[in-house]
Amino acid sequence: MTTTNTEPKAHSHGPGQIPVSKLDTHGSHDVNDFPVPHGREEEWRFTPMRRLKGLHDWSGSVDGTDEVTVDAPEGVTVEQVGRDDERLGTAGLPADRVIAQAYSSFERATVVTVPRSLVADKAIRIDRKALGGTAFEQLVIDVQPMAEATVIISNTGTGVRSGSLDVHVGEGARLTLVSLQEWDDDAVEVSQHNALVAKDADFKSIVITLGGDLVRLSPRVSYTGRGGNAELYGLYFAGDGQHHEHRSLINHNLSNTRSRVDYKGALSGEGAHTVWIGDVIIGEGTEGTDSYENNRNLQLTDGTRVDSVPNLEIFTGEVQGAGHASASGRLDDIHLFYLRSRGIPAEEARRLIIRGYFLDIINRIDSPELREHVMEKVERKLAAHE
Amino acid sequence: MTKFEIRGLRADVLISEDERQEILKGVDLTINSGETHAIMGPNGSGKSTLAYAVAGHPRYEITEGEVLLDGENILDLEVDERARAGVFLAMQYPVEVPGVSMSNFLRSSVTAVRGEAPKLRQFSKELQGAMKGLAIDPSFAARGVNEGFSGGEKKRHEILQLEMLKPKVAILDETDSGLDVDALKVVSDGINRAQSDGGLGVMLITHYTRILNYVKPDFVHVFADGRIAESGGPELAEVLESEGYERFVKVGA
Repeated sequence: MTTTNTEPKAHSHGPGQIPVSKLDTHGSHDVNDFPVPHGREEEWRFTPMRRLKGLHDWSGSVDGTDEVTVDAPEGVTVEQVGRDDERLGTAGLPADRVIAQAYSSFERATVVTVPRSLVADKAIRIDRKALGGTAFEQLVIDVQPMAEATVIISNTGTGVRSGSLDVHVGEGARLTLVSLQEWDDDAVEVSQHNALVAKDADFKSIVITLGGDLVRLSPRVSYTGRGGNAELYGLYFAGDGQHHEHRSLINHNLSNTRSRVDYKGALSGEGAHTVWIGDVIIGEGTEGTDSYENNRNLQLTDGTRVDSVPNLEIFTGEVQGAGHASASGRLDDIHLFYLRSRGIPAEEARRLIIRGYFLDIINRIDSPELREHVMEKVERKLAAHE
Repeated sequence: MTKFEIRGLRADVLISEDERQEILKGVDLTINSGETHAIMGPNGSGKSTLAYAVAGHPRYEITEGEVLLDGENILDLEVDERARAGVFLAMQYPVEVPGVSMSNFLRSSVTAVRGEAPKLRQFSKELQGAMKGLAIDPSFAARGVNEGFSGGEKKRHEILQLEMLKPKVAILDETDSGLDVDALKVVSDGINRAQSDGGLGVMLITHYTRILNYVKPDFVHVFADGRIAESGGPELAEVLESEGYERFVKVGA
């Protein structure tokens, strides 16, 4: 699809800011640049502020500890660094007060480097178990030019956690990032994943959110060279009272860049709430952008709430493809009827359909063990309301 | 020996929460094992409703009557229980179920109907044989249920399920529609194979007489305005072929 936009500045906030968008690509490392949110602001209106446990107006002390295990293949370096390390916070600015607060308050940070041309022969695993309290952290993953790696981050345990993950995918490099949010039921996480995708680089993000009381995760992508490709996949399953919020932003700030966003969710149980915000900006003067985003939600019981908001802003007439789709609904009773009419009992039919629904996202994960693990977790949540 | 009896069946289509319309207005029909009954009739006469209502489709509600399989009223059973009891419906518009592979679906289905999981190797062999008989490419086993299949491919897969599940009674709802002659022969061969051991009773719902050249009916019934308007032998199909349904449409109007 090619769209002709004869008035590219129609969305402008005012003169002097080009390109300009109501989708905010700006931000700051300084917490004081953001007023304390009340919850009515556009970027907070879906988030239950009271359940943030004070993150939006932080005045406490950092008292949380984590148990972290890192397993990295040979050649990959993993360093613990202090606040002054220049590599921190370099892939994108915090877009809201909570993320800026985390950047202003963190004490330790981790930098993972996959050196130039290294093809990691196994996944880099970072298993983090939060042991309560509140903590802020910064993680940098630097995949240098022509290198290839898979990083699997697993988040478990309980506590209040916030921070940024800054990802650099160098020229011609490839990174698959799997982030698992398998928190205990009372945990809170607010985090931002910033990715800078270089010329001809390939970035694949797979976000799996199953746990927590409140998880708000914002993956954001910009490009530093033409030919960059970013694919953001997500699977979430909110049970009783859980709030799962995913807010992606793809900024096609350069020509000939590609993106795909595909998030699929399920909700089951009283008070389950999911939010998906999919922002895509196709910048002024760019050409050859190829972008598509999709969100699907399956409401398995009464008492659930879905918010799904795709936003596409195009400031150029030279687009190769740009589209979005969003659909939310209940399990199709005709699907169920078909499987049951072949003798398959209702509960098994339900399981088959939901497995099938999530399959294309789960199949993006390379590791068969991890695929099975996620499927098992999904089925366990499914069983809770059978 | 199986006896399948539909007695005084009345059913409504559920249009919306508070809107419904009566479609079946008292259907009586008995099918014994080995028999093939063709149900023919004009569009909109309720033929498909009869098929769906018997299978337990959620958009239809039976208001009166019974459907007995060897004396047991299957209307008291859940949809999946009816299938396990031996009633099979080949649908006119089979549903696409994305992400559920055909082989996985068939294995679940065969396991449920037979009451035990078939050995994997044996099942694969059986499935491959049945697919070959219906000229279905083996690659379809890995695809999602009916996902992206053409109309003809969907119909072949319905008959594939018929052959794998070996029911006592099969209701085939316009299995012939949308098929070219080659595909019609393949599908008809499948139906005849399923019936070859003499145990299967078939209710063949069709609008056209063409399929009756390949699947020979023992009885032909004309369905009009929600009930069987006339019954006869195979010769009734020839009358319909030459005269059409006008006579019955007027009666129903």
